[in-house]
Amino acid sequence: MAVRKLAPEELQPKSFAFSPENEAFADQQIAKYPPGRQASAVIALLWRAQEQAGGWLPRKAIEAVAAKLDMAPIRVMEVATFYTMFNLEPVGKYFIQFCGTTPCALRGAGEIKKVLQARVGDSGHVSADGNFSWLEVECLGACCNAPMVQINDDYYEDLTPQNFEKLLDDLAAGRPVKTGSQIGRRTSEPYEAVNTLQDPSLYDGSVVGAWRKRFEETAQEGPTEAPGLEQRAAENPRAGKPDSGRAIGRVIETPANRVAEGKPPIDEKDRADAASKDRATAVEPRKDEADKPAPQSSKSYVAMPSKPEEGAPVAESPTTPIAGTPPSHAETRRDGSESKPDVVVDKDNKTS
Amino acid sequence: MAKIIVDGVEVDVPAEYTLLQAAEAAGAEIPRFCFHERLSIAGNCRMCLVEVKGAPKPVASCAWGVRDCRPGPNGEPPEVLTKSPTVKKAREGVMEFLLINHPLDCPICDQGGQCDLQDQAMAYGVDTSRFHENKRAVTDKYLGPLVRTSMNRCIHCTRCVRFTTEVAGVEDLGALWRGEDMEITSYLEKALGSELQANVADLCPVGALTHKPESYHYRPWELTKTDSVDVMDAVGSSIRVDSRGREVMRILPRINEAVNEEWISDKTRQIVDGLRLQRLDRPFVRENGRLRPASWQEAFGVIGNRLLNTDAKRIGAIAGDLAAVEELYALKLLMQSLGVTNTDARQDGTVLSPAYGRGSYLFNSTIAGIEDADAILIVGANPRIEASLVNVRIRKRWRVAPLPIAMIGENPDLTYDYEYLGAGPETLSDLLGGRHSFAEKLKGAERPLIIVGQGALIRPDGLAVLSLAAQLAQSIGAVKEGWNGFSVLHTAAARIGALDLGFVPGEGGITAQAMAQGGVDVLFNLGADEIDIAPGAFVIYQGTHGDRGAHRADVILPGATYTEKSGTFVNTEGRVQMANRAAFAPGEAREDWAILRALSDVLGQRLPFDSLNALRARLYAEYPHFAAVEDITEADVASAVQALAGIGGTPGREPFASPVKDFYLTNPIARASGVMAECSALARELRLEAAE
Repeated sequence: MAVRKLAPEELQPKSFAFSPENEAFADQQIAKYPPGRQASAVIALLWRAQEQAGGWLPRKAIEAVAAKLDMAPIRVMEVATFYTMFNLEPVGKYFIQFCGTTPCALRGAGEIKKVLQARVGDSGHVSADGNFSWLEVECLGACCNAPMVQINDDYYEDLTPQNFEKLLDDLAAGRPVKTGSQIGRRTSEPYEAVNTLQDPSLYDGSVVGAWRKRFEETAQEGPTEAPGLEQRAAENPRAGKPDSGRAIGRVIETPANRVAEGKPPIDEKDRADAASKDRATAVEPRKDEADKPAPQSSKSYVAMPSKPEEGAPVAESPTTPIAGTPPSHAETRRDGSESKPDVVVDKDNKTS
Repeated sequence: MAKIIVDGVEVDVPAEYTLLQAAEAAGAEIPRFCFHERLSIAGNCRMCLVEVKGAPKPVASCAWGVRDCRPGPNGEPPEVLTKSPTVKKAREGVMEFLLINHPLDCPICDQGGQCDLQDQAMAYGVDTSRFHENKRAVTDKYLGPLVRTSMNRCIHCTRCVRFTTEVAGVEDLGALWRGEDMEITSYLEKALGSELQANVADLCPVGALTHKPESYHYRPWELTKTDSVDVMDAVGSSIRVDSRGREVMRILPRINEAVNEEWISDKTRQIVDGLRLQRLDRPFVRENGRLRPASWQEAFGVIGNRLLNTDAKRIGAIAGDLAAVEELYALKLLMQSLGVTNTDARQDGTVLSPAYGRGSYLFNSTIAGIEDADAILIVGANPRIEASLVNVRIRKRWRVAPLPIAMIGENPDLTYDYEYLGAGPETLSDLLGGRHSFAEKLKGAERPLIIVGQGALIRPDGLAVLSLAAQLAQSIGAVKEGWNGFSVLHTAAARIGALDLGFVPGEGGITAQAMAQGGVDVLFNLGADEIDIAPGAFVIYQGTHGDRGAHRADVILPGATYTEKSGTFVNTEGRVQMANRAAFAPGEAREDWAILRALSDVLGQRLPFDSLNALRARLYAEYPHFAAVEDITEADVASAVQALAGIGGTPGREPFASPVKDFYLTNPIARASGVMAECSALARELRLEAAE
């Protein structure tokens, strides 16, 4: 969430009072709640105040709502700052809420954002002509028609850089525009050809109850024997935990595998041999892509241990200094220079 | 009652208990940040997670009731584990998230050494961080002269918000924005407008809110802790005085359910700098119109000369609001031995007097008893500034279930709803005559409470008003078996002790006001600074600060403040409490009883004790109730109210006005304090703003 703040003092209007219609609306909202619970109407009143003030909430409007509802100003302020639908700084005549969530992003919202940045400028700023300002918001629920934006109260869907540019031009020039899909689609009907739900039997009533019938038939046949644990393990050997970082692909010798292959269980003596370090076979390091260490944050002060084969040194025990080393020379000492290569730390303090 | 098994220990607790309370009953300690016994439950820090058998996930024990737990399959009591590996892992996870954005500035943080987060990180913290992103940065907020903020350290427990809203009753603090961006602030960063605001810094479990006046001055482990009692008002809050060497560094509340619960007012806490500023540290004698430093012998010589050459009828003694029982007793004995009957401890001119019985001047319902009242009438008092913690109790009672509260006198914001009846005595008469709708509510109440403040009693017609109030108390049945609903609210810590001792004009004696207006030639002033003494009289001032009393004095004897002596104080309920010495008085200043004992020697009227213990032994023999420290000796309220009601009289028409004009500047210590001066100026500003 972008950092939001109250508009600077010079933009704040000197006063705010509800218009007669909004005053009546406010009374109507307050009447919805039991006496003494008038504070419940705070969101409705803030919304009306925002509409009246031109799409944003000046400080005086927040105070007017607080006075109307007999609330402390801080309580109204809490609500106004909690919900992103309340704008605390002036917005353009056309306030564009641009959806940047995954479905829109996959369908090309990035291009739409570039248009906005080129035409309007940074998000949260009103354009020079006062017509536009925009904000990236989370999913607005029109994913079928992605990418999309909401301008004031209306959705504009199926955008491309071209038709979005034209849409903005038309809005700026005051020409009428079409809400909803910009490519002539009716609501969220199929984008190209219709290719689902085409089976006519779906519509002639023949499948009504078919699922239930099949369910009952299956129940009559009686339960099928579920395969035993050992059988399943033999058919599909796998580790008990997700195989993150484990060597997969090679069949590991497990008791279950031995049973499946008809081998006798491992002798206790062999097991003891295998456990001893000098006789164990070294595991070959893997060289494929999947084995690279996770990318590190550049902000880390402490290097994360990497794989030995990468050549990077690995401290044997990063917190234990070697006996006899003065603390200032200990390998384990961190002085911040690890993350700032151009800073030289004079450990002996001899330079001056 | 419900049975529950906590870590294998079966306990029987009330069903409405939370798991946290049940665990404490079973002896298990639960870490917590947001939970506080006296505030509503927020359940947002998640530190108190425990494992409930049968629940799929750990549950927040502070917000989970015992009655919400399912019994075992065979009807066994529900079982809670507070030390299982799951619990430890869950709490470690919570702690790791809390520490993600918490700066590692313990070495420069005032909370270091008294920090809940620091303590609990010892048990549940991990020694490394897995968080490699930027920490959250939050701008510090201005919250007034008493609370310093360092908002990077805030862990969003919202204790401060809940305290100001629920206990202090001012909706000043709030949590703006949301999620990671959440910030605690006041509206437009206005200073907090509560007389209890500094308690939020005590409540803060981390170093986000600390005490501004004393910040960076000490580490908690350097301080010597002394249990004591507050004298800033007549409530007698239990406090702990922390000192380093000779200097008092801070004052903290002590838990005392009967008086202050665990809050204290800002005045109680922050007069610390007043204890070392403007102090009288040696005797002074006025010569040619100017005060000059003198030795004790010199000062005593001047006094002896005057006192022994003056007729006892023209000698008087006034005691102030901060005097302990011991020195009042010593002064009383000294004046008796000189044959002086002009003694008075009521510098504000209140009409209360031991003549009508002890029940006539005590807060008979007791402070804790306010919680049992079911209708309250406040006459001529502004409890919010006269006795902040009494106001907190009334608000606490009002929050449990709103009760009819009415007010005669000023019309201030008391932080709870009340019915404003009128300004003066005629409203009280109307109420007594049943000509007011509130009279019905008082009559209908089972345990009505009438609180009479000094605003109604420090006037010439005070006795008539007091009598009216007593008649009203009788007519509504406020005093009966098991309920004493006639209470007098005091503003001076020394007052009840003085009235108990009978430090009032004796036979033929004159009152403090009369003495100050030229009724005597030699006036012994024991720390009375709120009275104007007319020119003419020779004034001996024994006190602690260079305040009004010292300016008017001809001889100054430097005494000790309440943190520098062991002294008995009796609060407005009649509860005898002991203040203890946390530091020594500066320079040549001495404990007050010892000064009077030394003076008596010079006057040839040696007082019969050589030590504080000997003084107390004598005091207790004469007035046994002072020996019952921490207790209230029952007073006969019914007969006292009967006596008061019998006085009668016709009150005037003047509206009642609270004697406390400025909450922050009521006594010489507070007037010497720079912090109090700043608070006072700010409060004046806020009042002006509110008046606009």
